[in-house]
Amino acid sequence: MKDINISKKVETLAPSGIRIFFDLVLGMKDVISLGVGEPDFVTPWNIREKAIFSLEQGYTSYTSNKGMPELRRQITQFLKARYGLDYDPEEETLVTVGVSEGIDLAMRAILNPGDKVLVPEPSYVSYGPVVELAGGTVVTLQTDLTNGFKITPQQIDRACGKGVKALMINYPANPTGASYTKKELQAIAKVVKKHNLLVVSDEVYDELTYDFDHTPIASLPEMKRHVIYLNGFSKAYAMTGFRLGWACGPAKVVAAMTKIHQYTMLCASINAQMAAGEALKNGFKSVVEMKKEYARRRRYIVQALNDIGLKCHTPEGAFYVFPSIKSTGESSMDFAQNLLKKEKVALVPGTAFGKSCEGYVRISYASSYENLKEAIARIKRYLGK
Amino acid sequence: MDEILEILSNDARLSAEEIAKLTGKSVDAVKKAIKKHEQSGAIVKYKTVLNHDLIYDSNSFVRALIEVSVTPQKDVGFDYIAERIYSFPEVTSCYLVSGAYDLLLVVEGENIKTVSNFIASKLSPMEQVRSTSTHFLLQKYKEDGQILKKKAQGKRLNISY
Ligand SMILES: Cc1ncc(COP(=O)(O)O)c(C=O)c1O
Repeated sequence: MKDINISKKVETLAPSGIRIFFDLVLGMKDVISLGVGEPDFVTPWNIREKAIFSLEQGYTSYTSNKGMPELRRQITQFLKARYGLDYDPEEETLVTVGVSEGIDLAMRAILNPGDKVLVPEPSYVSYGPVVELAGGTVVTLQTDLTNGFKITPQQIDRACGKGVKALMINYPANPTGASYTKKELQAIAKVVKKHNLLVVSDEVYDELTYDFDHTPIASLPEMKRHVIYLNGFSKAYAMTGFRLGWACGPAKVVAAMTKIHQYTMLCASINAQMAAGEALKNGFKSVVEMKKEYARRRRYIVQALNDIGLKCHTPEGAFYVFPSIKSTGESSMDFAQNLLKKEKVALVPGTAFGKSCEGYVRISYASSYENLKEAIARIKRYLGK
Repeated sequence: MDEILEILSNDARLSAEEIAKLTGKSVDAVKKAIKKHEQSGAIVKYKTVLNHDLIYDSNSFVRALIEVSVTPQKDVGFDYIAERIYSFPEVTSCYLVSGAYDLLLVVEGENIKTVSNFIASKLSPMEQVRSTSTHFLLQKYKEDGQILKKKAQGKRLNISY
């Protein structure tokens, strides 16, 4: 048989050198893992119970493409109460299979071949590839420790040459935990309006903001028409496996996203949607509890890493820290591999999140205090301290 | 609840140093706060939660819930009779409750016989005790917020974005 030709675009997508490292971790036993991008809590029982009950009641069908009307109503009511955001559940809201699908739909709905999208680096791994799959071109906005891994309005302004259509933003951020205050967002909003950009805003970690209140960029004056707001149940409610999120935005964009969604996904799982309804109805107490626990671990891990000589800034949100390992003289990948082999501690090399992140590693503190303590002891031993 | 109390009620073995790291308070401040709670009696004591089903030298260990109806007394109400009852070491918990009976006791003993002896010779003969109703516990599933079944291993992959 003649060799199968894979799509050129897929073939040239950033190859995952990191894949080999991931496979190494996954094949190893008794590892203490600080490499996990999801909560270490199981979904609160009332939410799981609702999913079970929905199955018992025979809810096994498709739903409306946009998602169950009741859930969309709940989502918009929640956004109104929590952030003062005004979205119409019929025209401006779409239930997606995770924020992951939301990002893909947003990019495919707005991009024409060659359109440019500003993407911060480091950033969540899917942004670049999704932009490219949608026919767009990535323009990287470099961030580093000196500005707390945040993009600045000046950076956006400078990068806005011909053909820049959209800005991808994520806060609190994976992998750095960086987030933006209302004031910082106001400054960003100003350049967004100046250049008439669309902002695809991934706010999936919004409930895990520790030092100030989270502000959706869509809630700033005159910004609603510029923003595709993405959020989901994965992180706040520890529901990663349910695969459920939502997108809110201008009716025209949401209609376009819905068009793609109806052909490629049809709808999100009905049982996940019903569980999500329960999360919005009765789940907030668990969110608060989990956040309290993460906040303590954040304090501990930042201090502990600095104490053993790995320079680490205090991130504003999510459950990640992004310490520098430059003092070791090793590359991120070598450090991660050697630490794994010698001390059985897994973390993610910074380079997984962008070439410029050499010298950093991502540590997830979505892990019990006991695990964090043991991991720190092992890293300390590895460093020869 | 006070954050230090919340942390200690979950793990009483954490040191003041560790609690300081978790809360961002100074070690001194944590020590002082703990002392204050100990002195006020808010912290009663530090103990270990055991699952007796897994302790093999204690397989002769039974527990009963006993509902007790009593006649309250002038001036002292239920307090006097409650004290007479809870002072027995066999009584590990004692609550005054609303509803069909008055006191709810948790009583522990080596076997059914020790517990029934206690009821027959100590509890029931008391003048103010009108009636008792005893339920022996057969299986303990959850206690003080702790599920006693060993937790399943985490099901997350060890690494993910
Ligand atoms: C920044 C960011 N966006 C999106 C996702 C994916 O979220 P979902 O589970 O809703 O698809 C993740 C998951 O790690 C993430 O870190």
